[in-house]
Formats: sequence, structure tokens, C-alpha cells
Amino acid sequence: MAEITVTVDGVKYSDHVEPRMLLVHYLREVVGKTGTPIGCDTSNCGACTVLLDGQSVKSCSVLAVQADGADITTIQGLANGGLHPLQRAFHEEHALQCGYCTPGMILAASDLLRENPHPSDDEIRDGLEGNLCRCTGYENIVRAVRRAAQAGVSE
Amino acid sequence: MTAQTEVPETKTAELGKARLRKEDERLITGQTNWTDNITLPGMLHIAFLRSPYAHARITSVDVSAARNEPGVIAAYSGADFAAEQGSLPCAWPVTPDIVIPAHPPMAVDEVRYVGEAVACVVARDRYAAADALAAIEVDYEQLPPVLDMRAALEDSSPKVHEAGNKSFVWPFVQGDIEAAFRDAPIVLERTFRQQRLIAAAMEPRAVVCSSVGGEFTLWSATQIPHVLRFLLAVVTGIPEQSIRVIAPDVGGGFGSKLQVTAEEVLAVLIARKLGRPVKWTESRSEGNMTVHHGRDQWQRIRIAADSDGRLRGLDVDLLADMGAYLMLVTPGVPLLGAFMFPAIYKMDAYSFKCTGVFTTKMPTDAYRGAGRPEATFAIERMMDELAAHLGVDPLAVRERNWIKHEEFPYTTIATLTYDSGNYEAATAKAKELFGYDELRKEQEQRRASNDPVQLGIGISTFTEMCGLAPSRVLGSLAYGAGGWEHASIRMLPTGKVEVVTGSSAHGQGHETAWSQIVADQLGVPFEDIRVLHGDTQISPKGMDTYGSRSLAVGGMALVTACDKVVDKAKVIAAGMLEVSADDLEWTPGRFAVRGDPDKGATIGEIALATFAAHNLPDGVEPSIDAEATYDPDNFSFPHGTHLCATEVDTETGFVKIRSYVCVDDIGAVVNPLIVEGQVHGGLAQGIAQALYEEAVYDDDGNLVTSTLADYLVPSAADLPSYVTDRTESLAANRLGVKGVGEAGTIASTPAVVNAIVDALRPLGINDVEMPCTPERVWRAIQDARGGEQASAAEQHAARQSDQTQGHSPQGIGTPDPTGGVA
Repeated sequence: MAEITVTVDGVKYSDHVEPRMLLVHYLREVVGKTGTPIGCDTSNCGACTVLLDGQSVKSCSVLAVQADGADITTIQGLANGGLHPLQRAFHEEHALQCGYCTPGMILAASDLLRENPHPSDDEIRDGLEGNLCRCTGYENIVRAVRRAAQAGVSE
Repeated sequence: MTAQTEVPETKTAELGKARLRKEDERLITGQTNWTDNITLPGMLHIAFLRSPYAHARITSVDVSAARNEPGVIAAYSGADFAAEQGSLPCAWPVTPDIVIPAHPPMAVDEVRYVGEAVACVVARDRYAAADALAAIEVDYEQLPPVLDMRAALEDSSPKVHEAGNKSFVWPFVQGDIEAAFRDAPIVLERTFRQQRLIAAAMEPRAVVCSSVGGEFTLWSATQIPHVLRFLLAVVTGIPEQSIRVIAPDVGGGFGSKLQVTAEEVLAVLIARKLGRPVKWTESRSEGNMTVHHGRDQWQRIRIAADSDGRLRGLDVDLLADMGAYLMLVTPGVPLLGAFMFPAIYKMDAYSFKCTGVFTTKMPTDAYRGAGRPEATFAIERMMDELAAHLGVDPLAVRERNWIKHEEFPYTTIATLTYDSGNYEAATAKAKELFGYDELRKEQEQRRASNDPVQLGIGISTFTEMCGLAPSRVLGSLAYGAGGWEHASIRMLPTGKVEVVTGSSAHGQGHETAWSQIVADQLGVPFEDIRVLHGDTQISPKGMDTYGSRSLAVGGMALVTACDKVVDKAKVIAAGMLEVSADDLEWTPGRFAVRGDPDKGATIGEIALATFAAHNLPDGVEPSIDAEATYDPDNFSFPHGTHLCATEVDTETGFVKIRSYVCVDDIGAVVNPLIVEGQVHGGLAQGIAQALYEEAVYDDDGNLVTSTLADYLVPSAADLPSYVTDRTESLAANRLGVKGVGEAGTIASTPAVVNAIVDALRPLGINDVEMPCTPERVWRAIQDARGGEQASAAEQHAARQSDQTQGHSPQGIGTPDPTGGVA
């Protein structure tokens, strides 16, 4: 067992974990952040995307021990009270149906807008290539990210 | 309590309003209740050991070493369940002589597909359970796999089951089919492949089961909590009243969670054995192998036509791969298509035959559209082939044959009565949005200039049968249940409303749309309504969600229940207002006294008065709650015109969708935002079948596409933007609604493939097998060009590929030389 200290959504946690434990299992089963779901086991779907020190990572592809000392933001800590502009945009553009991909999609989009605050539609599509959605056909996800960008989410 | 009330302001009707969804708040903030989120005190985790062989006899299973692994509470083989596990149900014995093999949830003697469960470990955590699987020893005696459904029907084929590889033959003939083909000026025959697909809902399956004092609660990522409860009781013998099934937040289904699974049954049995709660959550690779697959047909289609393009007859001969067993509705799926091959077209005669075939693969079952996409693909491809043969515009040949708007209601050659539709209107609107004539001109120019990037225009003027289904019709097709839906309305004393629906949503937005319907019916604000579903203890009765049935059937159940609430409220209002019930007039939200409109009672006031029950008329029960079970008279028939423009690079085989326009007629619309979302998602799945997705087994029967790295669910970067619009002809039900969940998927696959073939037709190409990958398109081009640029090896591969594309002169009975996995 290894001891790690991780800040998750603004709260500091110290835990002993198996060295092989995946970050997503640590978040879900040790910290109790079940807002981050698991959609695959090959880092293809992106449902488990979180921000690690501000950058989006697929938390199924990171070991909990690799996150030692890191600051992690999940969908449950993205907004400082109320809704983050991306959350609001996803709601207003009907960019989710079953909602399973939504946490990962929103966090990946937030990283995309951090790097490119005013992306074209093609840049949004390319930027979200690592996140799969089976319900929406992506049209409204693109619209939502565009709307959030126009609202100045990155500023 | 006063009987003199403010007359409420006239409200805008909710129907047709783009309400933002009530569901979203919990989903966008991560406050979700997926089954895998559930943790119960003392809960154990199950891991399954699965067969690595497509076909083998199990000679021994030894789980004893696994029981000694750290953290392991129990380990079981199939023999441990043999006395109690029963057989997974098939609810659709389509013919009296159908072969339905026993399907034990855990294999005991023989395995028949890779991934079939042979043993399991129950441990304190998921890691310990997975680790201990390595300590289980299983000895197999390999048997020959059966992987090609055409070869499976030959006498020399190894058998999947003792009774043979044929499950059933289902014929359906209407009109004089021989006369229609005899002396017909035009007879065209094509063979199409409907490849095997994986639904790949984003939420993997998960099950949690608790067993306390003989009472079972099962949480499952299912579309069908009610059907599941009934069938768990039938399979396990546990009394139905002792089983509660909860479908919490469910992350998509697309038919794949319309199933009674081995893992659900085994979770119940394990919880009973151990007296402790258990959980199982599948990995994606486990899911790709063991969530039922979709499609998988060979379709031989013949049409007979007059020289002016009028259809005389249609002859359909299907082979449908059942996989290794018949699951919940496996044999019925291709038969749903039987009624849809004639689609929107008039003809003199129709013959359909489907042969259900066993192979050593994962069973197939419902996948978005279920039988209807396959039928629509075949007929819409054939209409393009007919147009090409005649040298006319493919829209013209469709118009020559489709049912005209003034001919509704129209009974088709497949015996369905279409209540409404207007194919002319949808097509005219789609053509305009698409710029059809301009694109045809550009196509001519590119052809004339021999442009390496050719333009193709694909058409799909589809219809579908939705609103499953009139119970009488299901009975006549030997289906094991009815097609009704249930709803109840609870009027709370504060004037708020609880709506309980038997329709179990998993992404469709029922909580929002149902609130809109009830708001209009009862005149209660949208915000004051809460919709409850997906728990058999809260919603005791239902037929669940599939087949675009929720609105057309479940929505009508709501309306019927609301009628009953109003009828009951009227009696109590009459008492409150001291008038005769005959003197009351209802406008949604309020009864007013005829001739004295200021005097009245709102539905909220009536609810409160009913709660107090102090002054109710004699003999009136103190309740205005009501429930209703609605059985539809007919299916509903959404339709639409989808137009797709593809740019096909003849040098690389790469296909780019340049534009996609669809105009759908789904009847009245409750929420246009939800409707548009359903269309978008449906299009994506249909396009994915045309271009990207295929479940591939290798020659030994291993699933090669077991991860999302190999099974190509498209990303945002792979798909185009869509132009969607609507026309509206009302369905015959009171809401006028038809259903929208499957429309995009059904329509888009043939639109895309027709566009690809249209681009390549000047090269002499008349089909490309799905998925139309760059390699397949490129090979088709090389083959058509006589292999000028292809090496000898490539020509050989192209010939093989061509045979699998259905150009084989021997027809449908010829084994695929590549084993069907090209």
C-alpha cells in the first residue's frame, strides 16, 4: 500500500491505496465522487475525464499513486456554487440525453476552451475526439461548447 | 375554503414548447444514481470467468483454489446453479415448431460463444474478485465453431445445438407473387449484408441485488424493470411479489438493455445463496462480448416492375443470425422488418421468408430500430437500383410508387393500415433545404471532368412502424406479452401532481415531456409536476421503453388517466359549488359554472377539498387520483425524407459526408428540443452502421472488436453537422403523436450507402458492403476498373470482398469464403 495526498474538488485527502488502483476507482470508491463514471477500459470513451492540475486526463488511465500531490477537479467541483457556464450551456442546448458521457465531455470541453477560447466548430469536434457520446450525435454538444465559448467561459 | 376563485390566466399550451429538461440538473452536476454508484452495507463484488472458446464441451471446472484466495467469499461453477438457474427466457416463439434451446445463465456442460460465463468469484472488492478468477481451472474439449450462417445450414456443418442450426422458417405471402414476377419487364435481384453491430450504450451494464428475509431488490441498468421483474419470477421461481426491480439512472440502451441477462439472474441467485448484497459491473470488453448484438442478416431481395417503373412485386429471403441462443425477442426482431419491406410503396404482391440460424456467436436481439432498419435499408437500396436500371431520378421512381397523401388511411400489401402521412410534402421540403437540383448539376460536372472526388446523392424516403404495440397484434404474432402502457396520476393536497409512468426512461427525457402533457391536460403548471418511473415498487405496472413506444402508448396512458382525474374532480367540484355536475364546464385547470364563469374551483382547490374530505357528496370516495392502462388500436407510422451528399475520393476510398438533410414527419411534437436531439442521435447511429461499425469474429470465433479501440463508435470529429426539419401529419391517436426514437437510425443508413453507390455508379459499381470503410470502397473501385492499379494479391482480395458484397451469382446459399468477417 502506498500513501497519497490528493486534493479533490478543493478538499485534501490522505489515503493508503494499492499501487495498482486506478485514479477513477480512487475517486469513486475511496473519495466517494461517483459523479465521474467509467465507460470503458481502454481510455477510448473519455467518460471518466477529470482535470488533474488543470489539464484533462482520463482517470481510468492514471494510477491513484500518480496523482499524489495533485489537485483534481471532477464534475462535482467544477462550479463554485451554481452552474459552470459549460454546465449551463449543456442544459440550454440539450447537449445531453442519458448524461453518462456528460461529466467527461464537460471537463474535456473546459480544457479545450482553456487552450483555445474561441474554437471553430471543426476545432470543437477535433478537440472532443477523445470523448464518445452515443445519444446526441454531437450536434448539440458542439452548439453547447460554442455557446459557452461565446459566454467567455475561459475568462 | 372558498368556492369563489380567481380565474387563472390563459396559459400557453405546453405541447410544442421547447422546454429545457428537468432531468439535466443532476446529470450535469454529477449527482447521478447509476447502478454502479450504489454501495450497500456488506456488499460483495462478482467477477465472471468466461469461455475463451466459441464452442467447447466443459469437461471439468474446479473453483476450490479460488475460494482460498484473499478476500474471496465464494466461487461457483455452473453446476452450483444447475438446480435453480432455469433457462433465460425467449418471449417470442415465432412459429409453433421453432427450436428454442435451453439457455442456462451459467454454462454447465457446453459453451457456445466466446464470453459465455462458466464460473464466478464473489469477493470483498472488485480487484480481489478479478484476481481470484486466475485460480479457477476449467478443462474444455474444443468443438468446431459455426461462424457463417449460410454454411451453418449445410448438412455437413457442425451443429451448434443437438437439434441443428435452423431455429425457424417464417413465411409471409400476400398477393399473387408468381404472377407479379411472371413476364415482368424488369426483375432485379440484389443481396445485401446487414453486418453485426454492438449497441455500445455509454453506461456499461451493472447489477446490484440485495436479499433480505426472502425479499429481493434488484437494481439494474435496464430498459425493462417491469418485464424483468416478471421474468425473474418465472425463471427463478421466486414469488413475483417478493421481487422489486429498480432501474435508477440508466445510461442509454438502444435496445441492448431490453433483455433478461444471465448476470441479472445469477446476481439474484448469488445474493440468495450468501444472504448478502452483491454487485456486478461489466467492463467494456466484457460488454462488447456479452451484451446482445444487433442486425446480422443476409438479405436476398428481388423486385419485379413494369417498364415505367411501377412496382409489381417484392420478394424477400432473409437469413438472420440468431447467435448461439434465443434471448428475449431474438427471433422476433427480423419479423418486425417483415411488415416494413414494402415501406411507403404500393405493389401487387409481396413475399417474405426469414430463416433463423444458430451460430457460435453472441446472440442477437433488439438494437435501435430492430428489424425495421434492415427492411428500410433493403427497399431503399432497391429503389435506387430500380432508378439506375431505368435511368431516371431515384426520387421520381419513388414518387411513381409511393402512397399519395390523399390515399390515407392506406392498407399496405403487408397488411398494415397507415393512418396518415404526406411523403410529397416531406420530400419537397427536404429537396429545397438540400439544394437537390444544384447538387445534381455539380455531380454532372464532376462526372464530366472525371474529378477524382466524385459526388454522390443518397435518398431514403423511409417509414417505420412505431408505438409497439396493439396487444391483439402481438398475440397474433405469438409474442409473449401485451403492448399496453400504464400511468397513474396522484393529486397531492397542495395542488401539485405526481405522475407515475410504466415507461422506463434512460435518456429520452420522459420527466420533461410527461410533465408537459399532464400540464396541458390538467391545467397545472409544468413546474408543479413530478414524474416517477423505473421502480416496480413505485410504478407497479408497465411495459417499459423500446420500439418508439413511450409517447404513442405511454403518453396516451397519461391522457387517459388525466381524463379520469377530471371526471372524478367534476363530481367533487359540483359538491363544492353546490351545482349539478352537468352545469360545470372544464377548461384545463378549473371547473366553472355554466353561465357564471367567476364561480368555479381549480383542480388544486378540488385536490385540497378531497384531501380534507369534510363535505364530499354522499357515496363519493375521497380521491381524485386515477390510473389508466392504454392499449393502442394501431401502430403509428412516422416517415420522412433523408438526403445525403457524399464526396467519395476515388483514389483513397475515403467517404466524406458533405451535407445531410432530413425532414421527418413524426406527427404532433411535444418538445421540439427533445425531438431534434433524438433525430441527431439516431442519425449518428445509422451513419455509424453505414461507415464505421461492425462486430467482427475471427476464424476461431473470437470477437476481434472487443474494445472501443476496435469497434468504431464515431466521435464528434467523424460525423457531420445535420440539417433537420419537420412536416406534420397527425397520427390517429388523441395526441396525434407517432414516435421519434428510431427514425434517424432507420432512415440514415440507406441514405448514406445510396450516396456512396451513386457516386461510384459511373464506374459500374452497384453496391458496397457495410461498413463502407475506405478499404472497402477502394477495393470496389479497383475491382470495377479491372484491377489496372491493383496487384494480383489485391485483385484476389477484392474478388473475395466482392463476393461478400452480395454479387455472388450463386446467391444466398453460398458460404462466404472469408467466413463472414471480411
